[in-house]
Amino acid sequence: MSKEPLLKVNNLKTHFHTERGVVTAVNGVSFSMNSGDIIGIVGESGSGKSVMSQSIMRLLDHTDAVEYEGEVIFEKENLLSLSQSRLRAIRGDQISMIFQDPLTSLSPVYTIGNQIGEAIRLHQKKSKKEAHQQAVEILRLTGIPSPEVRVNEYPHQLSGGMQQRAMIAMALSCEPRLLIADEPTTALDVTIQAQILELIADLNRKMGMGVLFITHDLGVVSEICTGVKVMYLGQIVEEAPTDQLFQTPLHPYTQGLIQSIPKLEGDRNEPLHVIEGTVPSLTDIPQGCGFSTRCPYADELCRTSEPPMRIATTEHRVKCWHYEAINELEGRETTVGTSK
Amino acid sequence: MEQANEQSILTVSSLHKQFPVYGSFGKLWGAKAYVNAVTDVSIQLYEGETYGLVGESGSGKSTTGRAILGLTPASQGNVLYRNRDVAAMSREEMRKFRKDVQLVFQDPFSSLNPRKRIGRMLEEPLIIHKMGDKAERQEQVFRILKTVGLQPEHAFRFPHEFSGGQRQRLGLARALIMNPKIIVCDEPVSALDVSIQSQILNMLKRLQQELKLTLLFITHDISVVRYISDRIGIMYLGKIMEEALTDDLFHEPLHPYTKALFSAVPDFNRSRLKERIILRGEIPSPISPPSGCVFHTRCPYATDVCKTDIPAVREVRPGHKVACHLVD
Repeated sequence: MSKEPLLKVNNLKTHFHTERGVVTAVNGVSFSMNSGDIIGIVGESGSGKSVMSQSIMRLLDHTDAVEYEGEVIFEKENLLSLSQSRLRAIRGDQISMIFQDPLTSLSPVYTIGNQIGEAIRLHQKKSKKEAHQQAVEILRLTGIPSPEVRVNEYPHQLSGGMQQRAMIAMALSCEPRLLIADEPTTALDVTIQAQILELIADLNRKMGMGVLFITHDLGVVSEICTGVKVMYLGQIVEEAPTDQLFQTPLHPYTQGLIQSIPKLEGDRNEPLHVIEGTVPSLTDIPQGCGFSTRCPYADELCRTSEPPMRIATTEHRVKCWHYEAINELEGRETTVGTSK
Repeated sequence: MEQANEQSILTVSSLHKQFPVYGSFGKLWGAKAYVNAVTDVSIQLYEGETYGLVGESGSGKSTTGRAILGLTPASQGNVLYRNRDVAAMSREEMRKFRKDVQLVFQDPFSSLNPRKRIGRMLEEPLIIHKMGDKAERQEQVFRILKTVGLQPEHAFRFPHEFSGGQRQRLGLARALIMNPKIIVCDEPVSALDVSIQSQILNMLKRLQQELKLTLLFITHDISVVRYISDRIGIMYLGKIMEEALTDDLFHEPLHPYTKALFSAVPDFNRSRLKERIILRGEIPSPISPPSGCVFHTRCPYATDVCKTDIPAVREVRPGHKVACHLVD
């Protein structure tokens, strides 16, 4: 397909001016995605994945201390240079977002229907009655039982899973082209999480929107995403289609992450793989490769100069100087361990 | 692990815990209703084993843990520690019990006093239990810091100077310094990133073996519990639905809830085309739990008998207990 990508992020950097100096939470992220894609952004806390998604929506603007660099192209417009009024027209209409904790994102003093109706009436010329009707329909779509009743209830009357469904309903009310989901299932139980993941995948098929799925959970990514980008210290260190990433992870960080998770099958007496050390502070980013302080393979080159994004196969990119050598060394282990 | 020649160090027998729900006039008109947090739970902990208690939120796993520690008194049933009823212990026995049974919390950020240096914090229980003189206590603090993978100089720092993983190590150090027999770990790794989680899990497993600890490991994470536990109990709406040795349970889960729970866990090792049981609906309210089997409202196999009769916990294979009418 040679059509324009839905979203194109070019060398995005987000700087925060703090008392301890400038902190660069997102440090040169580039990627593009098409409608219909579900792209997973994976990283541990402090990897910059949430700041990245919030930068795309420019949700950080209210703090004066933030500064963006680069471009975020959506529908031929650079979101980073748009006026506030134009942004408001896009937010909630063409790009919407769902968050981790539905209860803090929903207003406690308005009914669900009222809040969904507000989003609809903000972007579309609809009467209150029509908006209410549409809210019922969209709630039905997200699988809430008896939506005619639920639409008049307040958030506290719904359970966590139902609240998250209501959030999703609100985000989808204007049929956005892009949905940004920031850890939407982290606060939910696994059986409810399975329901919500199924819902998002189903809506993605029905409505054909692009989904940017931010999570720390590699298992969730493997269930739902078509492609994955692994972030570490504000940068993408590896990107690949989901199956490829799990079968042949190339970056030592990705490999470490995958091996650190206790498995549901196989030997459980072997100690878990450990990535030594902790994520460095953003005020104290290591020279060269950001992962060099924790990488078992790091050498002088890694500690002094930053590796470029290197193309392993057409769709698989990795930010590592030595991935060929490392995978020759470990190659057999990683493929046998994860392929099925 | 063979259980026949092992001693039960702690026995929980038909534990019930109800929390009253008061109306708008508070306690004036008495309780309006009761939340049945734990209903008829019986668990035996054997010396030196790790027992994993798994459940979703609201399943009563944490309340069970707190009742064992005596932090919330049980409404019915009792907890026996070395064949002594915890509720009937004298002050002196209780002191000993509190020393032997320690707790590690989920959130290492809020369970450490921000205004106390680590050394002082670790030393405090030693002072309370009158263990050793000042020099010995100091020695003990340094030793325990080393045990959990920290440095002696960390004793002079404040909690905010530590990362999440280090704080969880401190939480463990505080539990270990009393030389406990049992540690109740309530979601000890749930707040941590995976790369840190594996460090803590490895350490916990190593220490458990070295120090011959008995662990009650409470978690909602299925893959973590599989790694750490010898035996597992699955809780749902205040009841134990299934209990078995870890390998047996994962090899052949018997209860429909266990099967659904396991299949809902996202796992990149399994093939994507795996058969998946997605449960409809949500956990019912513990104020008015369903009649019969509490799971029948969501169970894909529920029959009429499930709606009326409460299934007893039966031992269907050696060491494998299940509460379900449909399992033979």
